[in-house]
Amino acid sequence: MGLVESGKIPKPLTYLLNLSRRYSLWMYQWGLACCALEMASAMVSPRYDIMRLGVIPFPASPRQADLVCISGTVTDKMAPAVLRLWEQMPDPKYVISMGSCANCGGPYWDSYSVTKGVDQIIPVDVYVPGCPPRPEALLEGIVLLQEKIQNEDMATRWTGDPIVVS
Amino acid sequence: MAITERDQLNYIATQAADARVNVELETEGMTINIGPQHPATHGTLRIVARLDGEQVISADPVMGYMHRGYEKLTEVRSYPQVTTLINRIDWVGSFANEVPFILAAEQLMDIEAPERARYIRTVLFELSRIANIILFLGDMAVQLGAITPAFFAFRDREFVLNQIEAVTGGRFHPNFDRIGGLKDDLPAGWIKETKQAMDKVRTFCDQMDDLVVGNEIFLQRCVGIGVIPPSVALEYGLSGANLRSSGVDWDLRRDENIGLAYDEIDWKVWTHDDGDSFARYWVRLQETREAANIVDQLLDNIPGGPIMAKVPRIIKVPEGEAYVRTENPLGEMGYYIVSRGDTGPFRVKIRSASFSNMSITSWILRGVYVPDIITILASMYFILGDLDR
Repeated sequence: MGLVESGKIPKPLTYLLNLSRRYSLWMYQWGLACCALEMASAMVSPRYDIMRLGVIPFPASPRQADLVCISGTVTDKMAPAVLRLWEQMPDPKYVISMGSCANCGGPYWDSYSVTKGVDQIIPVDVYVPGCPPRPEALLEGIVLLQEKIQNEDMATRWTGDPIVVS
Repeated sequence: MAITERDQLNYIATQAADARVNVELETEGMTINIGPQHPATHGTLRIVARLDGEQVISADPVMGYMHRGYEKLTEVRSYPQVTTLINRIDWVGSFANEVPFILAAEQLMDIEAPERARYIRTVLFELSRIANIILFLGDMAVQLGAITPAFFAFRDREFVLNQIEAVTGGRFHPNFDRIGGLKDDLPAGWIKETKQAMDKVRTFCDQMDDLVVGNEIFLQRCVGIGVIPPSVALEYGLSGANLRSSGVDWDLRRDENIGLAYDEIDWKVWTHDDGDSFARYWVRLQETREAANIVDQLLDNIPGGPIMAKVPRIIKVPEGEAYVRTENPLGEMGYYIVSRGDTGPFRVKIRSASFSNMSITSWILRGVYVPDIITILASMYFILGDLDR
């Protein structure tokens, strides 16, 4: 175990590890508002079918998940639950913030009850803009995240900027 | 009549649950917390249920996890900006949210939309109803353990969303309705494509008839579960398909048709006498078929002409108050607008269907068994954005 944490892992082994992590993301869906339906379209609808990218939906608990997709408006009442969800997930964990509301507050930028961006509570790896984003945009975000995972060096996991789908 | 027997049975069961709690008091109660979030839902609702064995003694919904402060936000927006916002109240049937607000504003400004705009509005209204109820038809089966109907629902919903997108540019949130008419006319070839999509919707309804309505497991879990007698339904202010499935013949599209083209076509309001979960599913299934028929008829008779009335460039609504309600996919939705002659409303009260429908949950969940909570809540069909606003 010490190899992985100290970052002294040989390069071919890193490649293999990352390859297997990249194509076996277990995605927990945290559907809060409209975006949840586009996320569900991406998962359930035969037209988009997220599973062909190697992403498996519907884990029984966040404790099994590698990736969480925060899709929708995070309100101040909901924010503690989001933080608790993130704390329960095992490392290495990734967060996709889907939709304008989760990115920055979106159309509720001046509302008294909406958290202006989920990145105030938890660190975000991929921002998917749109209100709501099309399912294709979520798929693009996942493809970019997979590229990021592939090129990840264990020693420098926590550095680098988040991805913004454009 | 079957309904009275079920009503009596339900009453006896509730009384028995009460008696056991009050007299014996030997068993230890348990409190379970359902929610606020569940991977299979969109939106957040928490239900605190106190159990005695496997029977629910009381269940209290805890709302507000999706509260986004719409009524306050409308006070600082102008009228065209409010339409953008209220799209997102009931996010599955977005266009239906805009219509009552625009109609109320038109009533205050004393403007009437042209005939063609009225027809297109009605068509889009019904398309969003179909998009909304198709989701319910698949989703309720998922809640009861059958996942295939959800795949079918999401597959066929795309055809309807494509048609909405072709006109408005938005799959979900069209923001297409304007004071005095519509933003754009229909694109070329749209009417033919929509008719093909309606055929797909009808095929979907037939499939649901075969897959779900005729399914013995589904029937056993739904028939006689969560019976709402008509008197109780009226007392709690239910509306929409939840009320119609209790045998009350009430539909605002027919009874109080303001500014939409429902009175010029031939259609039927579906009701069911049982008032149980199955009736609610059945009524919505028939309504989807009926909505497809309505769309077909409207597209046949759609008149030519302009789509926008004469409206001043800067919209200022004169002083006054107006309340307009329409029959949205979930039930009665109304906007009470108070205007002080400004570019934006002074105050808007939003009456959304899910909020009133939710008020019956504590009554209906008393005395039921734990698995039936899921059936009943799924069959009542709340959109959580519509609930909390």
